[in-house]
Amino acid sequence: MTHPPMPVTEDELHAYIDNELPAERRGDVEAWLAGHPDDAARVQSWRAMAELLHARYDSVADEAVPKRLEIEQLVRQPRPWIYGAMAASLLAFVAGGSVGWLAHGAAASPSTFQHFTGDALDAHRLYVVEVRHPVEVAGSERAHLQAWLSKRVGYEIKAPELDGTGLKLVGGRLLPGPEAPAAFFMYESGNGERYTLYTSRAATGTTQMRYASQDKDGALFWADKGVGYVLSGPTDKDRLNQVARQVYDQTEKVGG
Amino acid sequence: MSAFRDSVESLIPSLRRYARALTRDADIADDLVQDTLVRALRSEKLFIGGDLRSWLYTILTNLNRNRRRSLARRPHMTELFDNNPDASGTEAEGRDIARALAALVEDQRSVLLLVMLEGLSYREVAEIQSVPIGTVMSRLARARAHVKAYLEGTRPALRSVK
Repeated sequence: MTHPPMPVTEDELHAYIDNELPAERRGDVEAWLAGHPDDAARVQSWRAMAELLHARYDSVADEAVPKRLEIEQLVRQPRPWIYGAMAASLLAFVAGGSVGWLAHGAAASPSTFQHFTGDALDAHRLYVVEVRHPVEVAGSERAHLQAWLSKRVGYEIKAPELDGTGLKLVGGRLLPGPEAPAAFFMYESGNGERYTLYTSRAATGTTQMRYASQDKDGALFWADKGVGYVLSGPTDKDRLNQVARQVYDQTEKVGG
Repeated sequence: MSAFRDSVESLIPSLRRYARALTRDADIADDLVQDTLVRALRSEKLFIGGDLRSWLYTILTNLNRNRRRSLARRPHMTELFDNNPDASGTEAEGRDIARALAALVEDQRSVLLLVMLEGLSYREVAEIQSVPIGTVMSRLARARAHVKAYLEGTRPALRSVK
């Protein structure tokens, strides 16, 4: 080199390792890196980062392509409306539709929890603020409520007894669920706290309990033999967990 | 099968890799790829030359942005018990780089993956994101700085997604 090279910029360091640098400038950058160990270390860390990314994700490209992504399948089938289904699930209890978000056979994926729990929390928020019409059938007609909802959801459902946790059954109603009709029970404590239990068939086997919260509401989701449950209430996790255990103990024999 | 369909098919593995890294969820990623393919196949007659690969990445990137918008009001799920080993739903392997990606804002994550994982040029990424090349370069620089700091455990004040 006959004259000192112009200082190398941050952008040029990036361009250098991304092969975006004009060929005539590469030598300057290499000379610069030889004299600037900090920059050389940074460039090296970016190379290591690229290796980590490839080590982690290249295996995905090597997997066999799932059947549902085969071109022949996609050409034959009409548009699956995946995102339409997601948007529709937000409207499900308004429009009365039951669009099969899970119809493409997802296992217990995070999205299953999110959609199911999202629908349940929507219902919870919509009805707990109702003073005069929180439910369709009052808790005083428990036997009738259970028989009606069991028939509609397609499995035997009993409104759990939660007196042990200070909660009394207000009543219940039928709602559209993510895949199938959902039963919805509301409970109230002496000081006016309301909890709701939302249950419907879910394309999910059996899962652990998972917690979600949104604004002032908390929810516990679990699934048991193809039936999903969401208990929603105030965000006190311990209390929610205590109530959910009561529900779980009383529902595990009837699920599926 | 038409040449167009053959070309689309040959890009599916890369699209799946990008979608997986972008969403960090196998089901959501394949949903995105599926919708991308359906759109591309439906628009076959509208595609008049140009770079098929960039076009597919553009569709996927835009669909993911729409998806995130529609999910913005969804609850965020967390584990009830932190010590529950199999409830996280993420692969244990390579967790650190996946977590580092999760901490990036969407546009930075997309730039980082398109350049570093998918090997696209700055110009192609600029077209995919509909921004000037300078913006791509600054997003890339910020993404690299954040991921580097994350992997080194220094945890910079990451910008939250708005």
